[in-house]
Amino acid sequence: MPDTQVWVWRGDASGGDFMPYRVEADEGMVVLDVVHRIQAEKAPDLAVRWNCKAGKCGSCSAEVNGHPKLMCMTRMNEFAPDEHITISPVKTFPVIKDLVTDVSFNYEKAKTIPPFKPKPRDPDGKRRMYQEDVERVQEFHKCIECFLCQDVCHVIRDHEENKESFSGPRFFVRLAALEMHPLDANERIDLIRAKHGLGFCNITKCCTEVCPEDIHITDNAIIPLKERVVSAHYDPIAWALRRMRGKKDEFAPPEPKPPSA
Amino acid sequence: MADVERHDYDVVVIGAGGAGLRAAIEADARGAKTAIVCKSLLGKAHTVMAEGGIAAALGNVWPEDNWKVHFRDTMRGGKLLNNWRMAQLHAQEAPDRVLELEEWGALFDRTKDGLILQRDFGGHRYARLAHVGDRTGLEMIRTLQDAAVAKGIDVFMECTLRHLLTDGERVTGAMGYWRQSGKLIAFGAKAVVLATGGVGKAWRVTSNSWEYTGDGIAMALEAGADLIDMEMTQFHPTGMVWPPSVRGLLVTEGVRGDGGTLRNKSGDRFMFKYIPAFFRAETADTEKEADAWYEDKKNNRRTPDLLPRDEVARAINSEVKAGRGTEHGGVFLDIATRRSADYIKRRLPSMYHQFKELADVDITKQQMEIGPTLHYIMGGIRVDPDTEAATVPGLYAAGEVAAGMHGANRLGGNSLSDLLVFGRRAGEAAAEYSKRARAPTVDDAQVSAYAQRMEAPFEKGGDENPYKIHSELQDTMQELVGIIRRRDELEEALARLERFRARAARASVTGSRVYNPGWHLALDLENLIGVSEAVTRSALIREESRGGHTRDDFPKTDPEWGTKNVVTRKRDGRLNITTEPIPKVPAELSALLGEDKPTGDAATGARTPVAAGDD
Repeated sequence: MPDTQVWVWRGDASGGDFMPYRVEADEGMVVLDVVHRIQAEKAPDLAVRWNCKAGKCGSCSAEVNGHPKLMCMTRMNEFAPDEHITISPVKTFPVIKDLVTDVSFNYEKAKTIPPFKPKPRDPDGKRRMYQEDVERVQEFHKCIECFLCQDVCHVIRDHEENKESFSGPRFFVRLAALEMHPLDANERIDLIRAKHGLGFCNITKCCTEVCPEDIHITDNAIIPLKERVVSAHYDPIAWALRRMRGKKDEFAPPEPKPPSA
Repeated sequence: MADVERHDYDVVVIGAGGAGLRAAIEADARGAKTAIVCKSLLGKAHTVMAEGGIAAALGNVWPEDNWKVHFRDTMRGGKLLNNWRMAQLHAQEAPDRVLELEEWGALFDRTKDGLILQRDFGGHRYARLAHVGDRTGLEMIRTLQDAAVAKGIDVFMECTLRHLLTDGERVTGAMGYWRQSGKLIAFGAKAVVLATGGVGKAWRVTSNSWEYTGDGIAMALEAGADLIDMEMTQFHPTGMVWPPSVRGLLVTEGVRGDGGTLRNKSGDRFMFKYIPAFFRAETADTEKEADAWYEDKKNNRRTPDLLPRDEVARAINSEVKAGRGTEHGGVFLDIATRRSADYIKRRLPSMYHQFKELADVDITKQQMEIGPTLHYIMGGIRVDPDTEAATVPGLYAAGEVAAGMHGANRLGGNSLSDLLVFGRRAGEAAAEYSKRARAPTVDDAQVSAYAQRMEAPFEKGGDENPYKIHSELQDTMQELVGIIRRRDELEEALARLERFRARAARASVTGSRVYNPGWHLALDLENLIGVSEAVTRSALIREESRGGHTRDDFPKTDPEWGTKNVVTRKRDGRLNITTEPIPKVPAELSALLGEDKPTGDAATGARTPVAAGDD
């Protein structure tokens, strides 16, 4: 097999630059294999996160030629033989070293989400849910927390100042999963608007495009959440009913639309 | 005194996979001040990769199922080497633990009646695995992670704990480093729960990630705790084999549970040749019956494709050795013939995705190429079955790092349930212990000595590349302590391990302490080599073939060995390997297991393949 050359961003919070590395290529190699080979042979201290190497854990997020990708699922044969390939850390989060960034933003946001609270059981003590009802939430549960949607979201990618009041697509997916859970009885609608900054999202669908799990983030999570917020706060009948019932609204989200190309 | 960040907790849980998270949730619920310390980011631990499901006799699909059948299947699958009490507790408590996940928001696939759907898996008499497509581990870890976060439990992420602190009598804490900054950190703790998983990264072909370096096993050994059954390693029969970059990646047993069939390169369904006597009564012996089983499970016996993992892995190994394997040294796994594309994509979405993206194979149309991959270790830290207490006071272990539950071979789906059942019990026992234990006194001299050991690679200016040593270790364990073992090869492995140890002491490290994987690996090597030695020495002493341990020179399953655990202790810096009787199964449980015992020769591939267990 011929050699392959990539340019890997090396550096830390104080700055850095792309460094060229040339290593032997193998059939079927993914970008993460190349990074591992560089570590083993050229740069033992090259920092990178990874775990499963199968697109299941969401650890090895990076930008390959500027596109947010899981390195373990990006095949080297996607690139032309003479293509200039760059690998850099995700841009939205502060660099720690090389390809590793400080993603604590996400773990802090996760703490602010009111947890799942189950409704009472059926009279026989069991819990019944039907496949068609759980399926739309199962789509959200596919999220592997790679945070590529957070990386690409322009509300925070280029605006550090928005991070305080905006939780990002990952957490809209999480909030949607909780809100649409057939058994959940917790209250989050006010918070979604006031604390998680759903209004900042102007539905450009960048998050949906980069999701490695093909979650229709915008159509199936964000838009239905926006509709719930609107109904709860601006539809007087829904508002009154919600107050009387003391629980969240029960209505179906709109039919999913195809994701934008 | 070295510059070491200090914390104090009642209970420190090391590891944040299923067992660690469940233990921490329980310890916290019982009022213990609890910390979770994990090497990766939260939610990335190995549990996330579990695919097929979680075994629990809920009886939603087969009302006939109950804990007694699950207990029987587990014990027989483990070739009766299991700790009976753990197998009993596991079978009894698994359903509650699964239902508890549902209380915390998990969404399993459903039956038509709206209950949790269960799927077939190897060695389980009834469809028993609660699942979410083929991403059950993700559902489980995220549910536990969210529950732990909601409770406000302190989490130390990307923090590697490398040594247990002791006062000569009991555990007093643990010590390690922050991966991000490279700074040292020590915890004083009344109780420590090890939930660090296994040691798969000692082998070349493995489904395990970089984290699986045997940390907990090595730490426990160093602190004086007993290990048992370290020779019992599980080669999962179905890992990917091609292309090279994905070799070892797991292909869920759910493929076979949902209709997949194994074939050799000539298209023969070879598993019929490898049905051991021990499982003959419940296994179909013709293709016709096996095919009929998929449609009518009441009146047919199950396909031999779903024999326990050790049997299937040995059969595949034998076929390949006999020249009946594929071009890349595997066999074929075919689900496209039996199932529609829609069914496959719905039931096995990540398998479909994984093969399509990484191997250019469309499993709805083409066969998969698969072969055995080191997946799990049944051996590990010896624990009290009810409390998961190790043999050193204050130390607890749960999940893969602990031993006993699975005997000589683990059934698929029994790991996720193990994590929950024994994670909860370990968390409970650690919290209760911490209430009566006096405050630990952390020995500053011990902290300084460990600090020096961890910093040493920077100071010594070594000349050995840690990545190269690791790679050679993986080759050694793969070739010499693999699926089929032999005295001379095991002895050669021990000699090589000694050389690796000497070289690892000279591992070179460059760069700063900030997020430095070369340094981390240099430190991991000690654990990898130490635990590999325990596996190899235990494999040498067990002169029989049973479950995950197959000896070419002792192919028979020996009833005498079936009464013994191999016990590993570290005394004066050396490993001491002995055997001890396994606890005897009480009569009322013994009656559930049947009279027969595993016997006969294991298929080692050394001679014309005969069925393991044939007379």
